Amino acid sequence: MTDVWLTIGGLFVATVAIKAAGPLIVGGRRLPHGAYAVIALLAPALLTALILTDTFARGQELTVDARAAGLLCAGVAVALRAPLLVTVLVAAVGAAAVRAIT
Amino acid sequence: MTATPGAPERFRSGLRAGIGFGAAAFVVGISFGVVAEPIMGSVAPIVMSATVFAGASQFGATAVLISGGDAATAIATGAMLNARFLPMGVAAASALRGSRLRRALEGQAVVDASWALAARGEGGFDREVLLGGTLPQYPGWVLGTVVGVLFGGALGDPETLGLDAIFPAFFVGLLAAELSRPHAVAAVLIGGAIALALTPLLPPGLPVLLASSAALIGLRR
Repeated sequence: MTDVWLTIGGLFVATVAIKAAGPLIVGGRRLPHGAYAVIALLAPALLTALILTDTFARGQELTVDARAAGLLCAGVAVALRAPLLVTVLVAAVGAAAVRAIT
Repeated sequence: MTATPGAPERFRSGLRAGIGFGAAAFVVGISFGVVAEPIMGSVAPIVMSATVFAGASQFGATAVLISGGDAATAIATGAMLNARFLPMGVAAASALRGSRLRRALEGQAVVDASWALAARGEGGFDREVLLGGTLPQYPGWVLGTVVGVLFGGALGDPETLGLDAIFPAFFVGLLAAELSRPHAVAAVLIGGAIALALTPLLPPGLPVLLASSAALIGLRR
């Protein structure tokens, strides 16, 4: 439980600081150009890592289960330019349907 | 100072789009509440949504805790997931006004969907669209979390409902908006390969954190 509150407090402070940094940096010194290029790619790299581990990992084990069907449904929804709300609902329905069948 | 269309009008157009974003945030917030409640209890997830107000990092940090990781790993993972707000805040800064404190406060309104709506390309940015677009997302996210925490038990097993698939689906939706950046596809492939390769070797949370090193591909010209 201590870990939970430490996480909330730490993440709150970190998030406020990160969001405040941009507006505070501009007008002052700028980061080297390369830094922006790397920072901009953190989101795609991290989101992909989270998508894959949330879908295919159980602890340290890699496995394919109903979550993969949900991911497939989400991918199709995004490819069809569905709104975020539709994408998450379609994924839940897809995973639930596969679990109901198997 | 008057741009065309006027500031109130642009705020309202942001607000209209923000209502749709807020509805999505509400549903994703429900799934966050349902998934976080068993490990955090009923108060902590709501406090987290009301203070951190950043979906991807809350899901990421909570996933680390669920899989047995410690607070430091959870905070690091969540903070890395929020690192994109740094360049986004730099882009927004040109349009924010007032004292440094005021601009830092307005910078808290930077969230993915409304930032993307307010970014005008070539460094231009619409402050009113950003603020209007974010306003409905805050109550949507927090109220969704409350509903998820309160009624998660009544909904039954989150897995039967496929709620565990909402996590990654939400990330897929956010990722789709990122892919047009230079080198983004390379970062996706390398980051994904690192995460999968390290999952059997390292404690949960670390493979995701180390996958961030794929962003170094941005240094290639």
